[in-house]
Amino acid sequence: MNRLLASAPFARSDSQVQAIMKWVMLALSPATLFGIFIFGWPALLLFAVTLLSALFFEAACLALAGRAVKPTLLDGSALLTGWLIGMSLPPWAPWWIGVVGSALAIIVGKQVYGGIGQNLFNPAMLARVALLVSFPLEMTTWIHPAPLFSASAPGLLESFAITFGGAAAADGMTGASLIGHVKTEFSQGHGLSEALNSGGYAFIKSFLGWRSGSLGETSSLLLIGGGIWLMRKKVITWHIPLSMLMTVALMAGLFNWIDAEHYPGPWFHLTSGGLTLAAFFIATDYVTSPNSATGQIIFGAGCGLIVYLIRTWGAYPEGVGFSVLLMNSLTPVIDHYIRPRIYGRDHKGRPLELP
Amino acid sequence: MSLFSSFWQPKKIRGGVHPEPRKAATSDRPIDVAFPMPAMLYLSLQQHVGQPAEPVVKVGERVLKGQLLAIGQGAISASVHAPTSGLIDDIMDYPSAHPSALPSPTLLLEPDGEDRWIDGLAEIDPFSLTPQEVCDRVGAAGVVGMGGAAFPSAVKLNLGRRTRIQTLLINGGECEPYLSCDDRLMRERAADIVDGINIMLHGLECNKAIVGIEDNKPQAYAAMCDAARPHGGKIEVAQVPSLYPMGWDKQLIRYLTDKEVPAGGRAADVGVLMHNVGTAYAVQQAIRFGKPLISRIVTVSGDAVRAPRNVEAPIGTPLADLLGFCGYQSEAVARYVMGGPMMGDALPHPNVPLVKGACGILALTETELAASDAKACIRCSRCVSSCPVGLLPLEMMTRIRAGQLEAAIGYGLKDCISCGSCSYVCPSQIPLVHYFKYASGELVSRQQAQHKAEQTKRLAEEKQARIDRYKQEQAALAAQRKAKSQQQKRGEAA
Ligand code: SF4
Ligand code: SF4
Repeated sequence: MNRLLASAPFARSDSQVQAIMKWVMLALSPATLFGIFIFGWPALLLFAVTLLSALFFEAACLALAGRAVKPTLLDGSALLTGWLIGMSLPPWAPWWIGVVGSALAIIVGKQVYGGIGQNLFNPAMLARVALLVSFPLEMTTWIHPAPLFSASAPGLLESFAITFGGAAAADGMTGASLIGHVKTEFSQGHGLSEALNSGGYAFIKSFLGWRSGSLGETSSLLLIGGGIWLMRKKVITWHIPLSMLMTVALMAGLFNWIDAEHYPGPWFHLTSGGLTLAAFFIATDYVTSPNSATGQIIFGAGCGLIVYLIRTWGAYPEGVGFSVLLMNSLTPVIDHYIRPRIYGRDHKGRPLELP
Repeated sequence: MSLFSSFWQPKKIRGGVHPEPRKAATSDRPIDVAFPMPAMLYLSLQQHVGQPAEPVVKVGERVLKGQLLAIGQGAISASVHAPTSGLIDDIMDYPSAHPSALPSPTLLLEPDGEDRWIDGLAEIDPFSLTPQEVCDRVGAAGVVGMGGAAFPSAVKLNLGRRTRIQTLLINGGECEPYLSCDDRLMRERAADIVDGINIMLHGLECNKAIVGIEDNKPQAYAAMCDAARPHGGKIEVAQVPSLYPMGWDKQLIRYLTDKEVPAGGRAADVGVLMHNVGTAYAVQQAIRFGKPLISRIVTVSGDAVRAPRNVEAPIGTPLADLLGFCGYQSEAVARYVMGGPMMGDALPHPNVPLVKGACGILALTETELAASDAKACIRCSRCVSSCPVGLLPLEMMTRIRAGQLEAAIGYGLKDCISCGSCSYVCPSQIPLVHYFKYASGELVSRQQAQHKAEQTKRLAEEKQARIDRYKQEQAALAAQRKAKSQQQKRGEAA
């Protein structure tokens, strides 16, 4: 008889670690496929390299640590980490960016802490930020959408050259991301409407995902859809995504109301950069976010606030990675101070007074 | 301010899980009352919380159905009566219905097949008794909590009398999967239950009772509503959401009365007393008909049982007989459980007797258990949101693993009710409750050890004090003698 069954409960819910990881990846699939579609073969190649290297590093670390490789590898967490890194890389980045990213995430982001559940920082965001700081050029070369099989899209061979051969993208294919463009325009003294015009901004295009950006972060629509599906599946709760998006929207709304020519409004922010991807899929990472509902709301609001601050006044055009990492470091503090009230006790843990 | 506070009212129900109910196998069949008398009944003297009962019959004595066999001892205990007429075969140690199946003192009764009641059994009008008499008779009939806790009911009623109870809550929740004995009882014997509730109200000198029934038992709800209608205003029947652990008394109290019992306190502190529907029925049988608690309705279920159903069986029946009656395949059984699957006890084998508090006997197969090896915690916080108490199971678990029991207490270990919701939802299959039970047990034994050490120290100190006192006295005496003899000497010299 199984030793574990010696004690109640003798029933288990059917959501297991593996199933959770599978659902998250399913929810990410539409946005990922869309990203591969609009950025072409190089995106697919980079994505594949990132996934495979994530699995490789996970297996290598487990083997080195003398732990069973198969069960942990099969739980899907390494695959998901690789997936999230792949989604947050510039789609035409060279192959080694994907490999280095996976190595950073799996080794430095996760395994040195002792594996799943032990890390302080979100591995994918750690990798993204480390890459951004170390290889700013490769990490900020954005591609205009050039859907598969369209005239402007590179063929398969050409794509191999781009991803593995270091071939440069054709002129006119690259440009700043909109959010970076707006920032540059501001620094040159142009107003918002002018900047948006020259950047070719249209809300509906941005919302659907027809814009330059990281591989899987462009389509707010598909990401929101996937996120809502995950909520319905009870894999994530509304607390972090909603508080994060609301905070950005409120801040953007407030400043836009104060000075519309210098502060883009909420819709611009919500459909820019990696905000939706982060709100639904990265900030909600179980390991690195607080475990009480109130704590999660504070965490989400903190992420949103830092995103807005960095985007508006920081040195980098996009602040999602930094904001998640910063809030990750506060998670233990939040968890220490924000605890659910225990039945029959007040918030300080003292027994309730009798009426 | 009132608007503000009504807006910020604490949520009525916190946490909880929705395990697969698995009740359909038994809830649609009538209670089977045709269970044949077993060849031997094993009546444990300790079927309840508190002190074991003391036998008042001798080996070889003939007894009648309903006769007192063992009498409750001390403040918290319950008497044991003969479930049928027959011969006292032995008084010995026999495996008990406990996870360890450790032998405990047990009376063996060999039925004579006549099933002859004691004399003088007659129906009386319960409301002609004084409230104190009602409580005394409930105690004399050996009634205990039938929902699983097996706490002597008379003790609870007396406590209620002393603390001026405003509301009597009757728990018809039956939130554990598989179990349907309360459901069936309410469907088939609602009038008796309502009568029992009235008797309890009379005993408590209280005039408000609320019956809480989960909304997945519409027939039971309808039957109880019908039975309670003539007592409208006094007995209210309410539906509660189907959620585990809705039957946790404090959860039900908060839901039905909006009151929260302070930590470390009892329901009676907020003017509420809770009894199970099965207990109300047992009280009615005891008071109105003078029949002590000698049988109970128990759900026999699980995938290893071919004909699962509710059976009314005499206390002391070997569980193997009950399972055999319902056609179980012993080779398919991965785990025997007494009670429900969420909080019940695992039994190493079914050769233990039925006790008063056993609401279910489950023979579960490997597939039903759905257990696999524990993996690492992924901090998904499902355990946190499912805890009805508001604890942080994952934090307590990490502390206990690291051997830091004090830190685990800081996270509320002592408030844990072992409901198992956290273990149920954990996607990594971590046996969280197992850790908490282990830690609580460890704390108790540490406390005992400390108590003992303190006592030894006190005894040693007392002994030392006695020795010191003796020495002082001796010294004082010696000094006195010396002084006296000196005086004498001086006197002589003078
Ligand atoms: S439910 Fe299990 S895996 Fe999730 S946080 Fe709790 S202990 Fe960890
Ligand atoms: S067993 Fe304890 S910690 Fe787990 S859910 Fe129940 S009360 Fe909470």
